[in-house]
Amino acid sequence: MNYKKIDQKDIDFLLSICDKDRVFIDKEINEDYWHDELAGIERCPEVLVKVISTDEVSDIMKYAHKNNIPVTPRGQGTGLVGGAVAIYGGIMIDLSKMNKIIEIDEENLTLTVESGVLLMEISKYVESHDLFYPPDPGEKSATIGGNINTNAGGMRAVKYGVTRDYVRGLEVVLPNGEVIETGGKIVKNSSGYSLKDLIVGSEGTLGIVTKAVLRLLPLPKKAISLLIPFPDLSMAIETVPKIIKSKIIPTAIEYMVKDVILASADFLGKTFPDSSADAYLLLTFDGNSKEEVEQSYEKVAHICLESGAYDVLISNTQERQESIWSARGAFLEAIKASTTQMDECDVVVPRNKIAEFVKFSDDLQKKFDIRIKSFGHAGDGNLHIYVLRDELSQEVWDKKLHDVFECMYTRARELGGQVSGEHGIGFAKKPYLNESLGEEGIKLLKNIKLAFDPKNILNPGKVCQ
Amino acid sequence: MKILVCIKQVPGTSEVEVDETTGVLKRDGIDSKLNPYDLYALETALQLKEKVGGHISVISMGPPQAEEIIKESYMMGVDQGALLTDKRFAGADVLATAYTLSQGVEKLGDYDLIICGKQTTDGDTAQVGPEMAEFLNIPHVANVVKIIDICEDHIVVEMDMPDTIEVAKVKYPCLITVEKGIYQPRLPSFKLKLATNDRKIPFYGLDDFDDRDENNYGLSGSPTQVLKVFPPQANTDHEIWQGDSEELVGKLCDKLQELKFI
Repeated sequence: MNYKKIDQKDIDFLLSICDKDRVFIDKEINEDYWHDELAGIERCPEVLVKVISTDEVSDIMKYAHKNNIPVTPRGQGTGLVGGAVAIYGGIMIDLSKMNKIIEIDEENLTLTVESGVLLMEISKYVESHDLFYPPDPGEKSATIGGNINTNAGGMRAVKYGVTRDYVRGLEVVLPNGEVIETGGKIVKNSSGYSLKDLIVGSEGTLGIVTKAVLRLLPLPKKAISLLIPFPDLSMAIETVPKIIKSKIIPTAIEYMVKDVILASADFLGKTFPDSSADAYLLLTFDGNSKEEVEQSYEKVAHICLESGAYDVLISNTQERQESIWSARGAFLEAIKASTTQMDECDVVVPRNKIAEFVKFSDDLQKKFDIRIKSFGHAGDGNLHIYVLRDELSQEVWDKKLHDVFECMYTRARELGGQVSGEHGIGFAKKPYLNESLGEEGIKLLKNIKLAFDPKNILNPGKVCQ
Repeated sequence: MKILVCIKQVPGTSEVEVDETTGVLKRDGIDSKLNPYDLYALETALQLKEKVGGHISVISMGPPQAEEIIKESYMMGVDQGALLTDKRFAGADVLATAYTLSQGVEKLGDYDLIICGKQTTDGDTAQVGPEMAEFLNIPHVANVVKIIDICEDHIVVEMDMPDTIEVAKVKYPCLITVEKGIYQPRLPSFKLKLATNDRKIPFYGLDDFDDRDENNYGLSGSPTQVLKVFPPQANTDHEIWQGDSEELVGKLCDKLQELKFI
């Protein structure tokens, strides 16, 4: 693709619309902006602009559109697939300073925010109003804009669904710089194609989200977790469909294995409340009274015991919750700290195929003589499987990683799964999306991209390109 | 080995209201839980039992609904429990509480070792354990951070004093209060919940004690009169600095020096 290189005239334009301490060029650009948290590609944008208003974003897009300059939007850079890496250089727009909570509407149960507000700020803010924003991805320092663009899921998806289910409306700057609003504070909407739902999960390729109207729920008053030790992982995961079938829906169903828990506890310098078993399920239940929560968990506890669990351990206070969930929250970092480099497979498979898939990926360790660690959302079929480089040479690593991924994505497809459950396609997973969607599917995606961005200047080289 | 653990039910959150006239915490209608420090006491007892065998009892003083925490201790592996409950115990200060508990301990009978959490998260005095030991006329060690050895007639423990760590060898019967973090408390077990559902929890009142003089209990047995209890003012002073790392590090060092933290 042939894009215009940034020159002094472009810089002067940016300086004419933004304060000079928000425009960064070449060496002034912190290395953090070259990459995201995992994807293994790096590229320094030619210029970085920290925007503070929709008007600024619109002006920049209009200019970039006219001058054929690629633009990459970015939140906190916590992505895992290279979605926010400026692979063609150009302008990077950092939206993390657009971090105002604009309005909480308790009559419509909505929260209107700018897209740079952090996930952890949202939950804290709405909970102080006795309200609840259910999506709960592990990375709490991500921006809501990032969450919307990857359609992030998180641990509560089993009961509450994913980010898309909680986006009511969006303000979006289109690649030509025009600003549109799609959706709104409305509960129902059958008015034409849902642009809002197209934008959600579009990874910054169709438009730049500057504002979002989020749907809230009343805050459940009580939550407890059950930590359930099992003799082995298959027994643990095979229990999950039985729980789902019981029609009692936990908020979260996570699975974890002993060595990941120990690594995480070690990483945090803490002790996990139980380390007697090789595998665990971690379930959470919420409700409005202790009795309601107890009633639902007891039935599930019996199912687990009947399925071979050693016991069912109850976490019902803040201290106990922290001792478990702080370790759960550090899994990714702990695995990362245990090796030199890693890459991730974020596939999602039907829930009754999880056990089969986890076993399959576990067996690949032997087949390819490489370390593979996993944990994940057993309740919604979304797995996080990490392939670790350790001391492998670049060449061997590239080859093994490719082979292992090929095996995993092929198997996921056979089981009726999809490439990404919540992290997106970005740059890193494009080949697998191609295989999974097939020619017709990719063609449709490309045409949608073309409709939004005929000059292909917004986050080019991602998702379907 | 016979171990006795003292436990208390405390408010489940830190946002507690205080009755302005009596200075007593309003416990009605709010969630409660087992005092977090007592979880460490319970875990210490369970670890000792796993090592040398024996029997663990718990004792608590409080309103009838405090039996909840005794049930919870059964779910962690405790063998037996008793609740000291009587309207005449209400409003007790640390001294009256320690005295009531010591009477309850005498009622329960023989013990080798009494374990308490260092303090509670509502009263925060850390006095009840040691005062109880005085009433019972047995030696005690507070702020225990480590059990070094457990022998037939004595225990060796490490206690954390402000400037020193001291190692103490104490003969049974004795009392220790344990610090947060001595062992990671286990979670309550659903299996044990099923197994102990029918286990009785005896309630004892003033009339069950050796000393039945009402004046030694509750508000009337409390030499401390609370004049006023109020939540502390939260200090929300903050400054926000901007600049590059070097500048910020310099500023932070200056500020820490100014505040005499370094």
